Amino acid sequence: MTSLLAVLIDGSIYASWLFLVAAGLTVIYGVMRILNMAHGSFYAIGAYSAASLIGWYFNNGVGPAWMSYLLLVGAALVAGLIVGVIVERGLLRLMYGRDEILMVIITYALLLILEDTMKIVWGVSPYFAYQPYTELGRTAFGLLKVSNYDLALVGVSALLGVGLWAWLERTNQGKVLRAVIHDREIAVAMGVNVRLMFTITFVLGTTLGALAGALTAPAISVVPGIGIEVIVLAFAVVVIGGLGSIGGAAVGALLVGMSRAAAVHYAPEFELFVIYGVMSLVLAFRPEGLFGRTMARKI
Amino acid sequence: MRFDKTEISLALVAIACVLFGFISPGWLIFLLTIALAKALVVQGVVMQMRSGLVSFGQGLFYCIGGYTVGMGGQFFGIHDAIAALALGMAVAIVVAMILGLLLTRYRDIFFAMLSLAFSMILFGILVKSQGLGSTDGFNVHNWTLFGWAPETGADSQQTVFTMTIAAGLLIAILIHRYTKAGIGVICEAVRENEVRVEYLGLSPRWLLYGNYVAAAAVSALGGGLTALATGHVDPEMAYWTTSGEFIFIALLGGLGHVAAPFIAAIVFSVVRTYSIEFVPNTWQMILGFTLLGVIVFLPKGLWSLVSREKSGERT
Repeated sequence: MTSLLAVLIDGSIYASWLFLVAAGLTVIYGVMRILNMAHGSFYAIGAYSAASLIGWYFNNGVGPAWMSYLLLVGAALVAGLIVGVIVERGLLRLMYGRDEILMVIITYALLLILEDTMKIVWGVSPYFAYQPYTELGRTAFGLLKVSNYDLALVGVSALLGVGLWAWLERTNQGKVLRAVIHDREIAVAMGVNVRLMFTITFVLGTTLGALAGALTAPAISVVPGIGIEVIVLAFAVVVIGGLGSIGGAAVGALLVGMSRAAAVHYAPEFELFVIYGVMSLVLAFRPEGLFGRTMARKI
Repeated sequence: MRFDKTEISLALVAIACVLFGFISPGWLIFLLTIALAKALVVQGVVMQMRSGLVSFGQGLFYCIGGYTVGMGGQFFGIHDAIAALALGMAVAIVVAMILGLLLTRYRDIFFAMLSLAFSMILFGILVKSQGLGSTDGFNVHNWTLFGWAPETGADSQQTVFTMTIAAGLLIAILIHRYTKAGIGVICEAVRENEVRVEYLGLSPRWLLYGNYVAAAAVSALGGGLTALATGHVDPEMAYWTTSGEFIFIALLGGLGHVAAPFIAAIVFSVVRTYSIEFVPNTWQMILGFTLLGVIVFLPKGLWSLVSREKSGERT
């Protein structure tokens, strides 16, 4: 019984983390048709900005501990905004209209560049920002003690999911964005400023990625290469749910999160295997992912 | 059997390389061996690119080739290098025949992502396999060639180098003939428009399937040769960044000619070796900018520099 509870708790924590990471990726793909390989780097940039800011904040004893949570989010927003605008205006804008697969390779080049940029800015030694994590303490579920920070992460993730959904479905801007997703050309003809929508979407995506990194930073040690590990996980989640679908990313995250937690508890040697196993299984039966749209073949 | 101009020049270059191997220093031979072995994997990537599929998981077969050669010697007493390489190719072919049934249903980014997923599955399995050294991998040594055991060091390095050149030449000629043959030309038609190829009464899916399996075999050969040359295999061979490297080299060379991947692989290895030595923290950045530069300015790869000159002469 305890182990089942452990799987459920671990699974939902991992799933909420996966959703945070995957949300930005799926938003960008949905609107811009760019499968962004550099998403992991945005995650890493968020983690680095947050970790260095938190480290500075606590080492100098600038203010009360609760402020650090605001700093965490603030660091991610600023970093995501800056990097997003630079990348979209400086690189991607020049590349629009190329093949989807070529865009993958272009963002792969971007990933290589960003990885080293981070090494230049932050060096190669690890950063720690554990204070916000330990500050919140733990909650006991029977024999299990779970960190409150992790539980809060589940809440944040759910909130973010609902917020994104509401923005897309319930606001005017969301409606315009859905029009772009549905048919870019007609949207242009109707007077939608697609270029501006692209910039907004991309910056939103990078900020989400950076936010995921910043929120994860207190729970890990921030070292070079964390983005590389994250990106393939995010791909798996997004592809399972159907590229471009936010609901799909949520379901994909739950599916992967729960299966991984189950694997960790019952068969640890299959931990990594299970993630891609689930992905291959889903794709074998639903090539477009669980919530993806089936595309007609063009002659 | 008749050889055309390309094949004769390839053979001459190969002979020149082997002769060059006797006078060049050990480190250069090693660098060239690894570059050429990787170029074989890249040939696999290029074969699929010609038909419009970009495999972000060619590391799967690179790794299978390497591990089979290593395990053959370690556990099954297969010490002969040729037999081990053949075994690696056979395993890759079997795996590709199974995975290909699923993968050939996908195109574009879905093919890329799914092939990436399969290579990551292998990575995941190898990392958790204690018997195979987990993340450290294991060493590959004590191999023989037709019963003759080269001494470790310069002797075996020279042998692997010659073997790699021979394999490279053989594969290059085969691929050259394949691309010139009707079926190879249709691959490009599949890239342009698959549905129209279907209207011609051909099955693009089975064409892609055959292509995928053949590419797997070629890549496994490259992996096996790498294992023999470095004397070591580890799960990193199946990690997705390794596959990214192969795509990088493929784009660098371009699809214009069978020799392009070999040239690109050598250029890549030289640039990488020197960048790591002189600017260890910015070499990936250099690669990234190079990749962007190639995509924007040389969309047909380095080979377009050569072929452009030629067409200029003709007019």
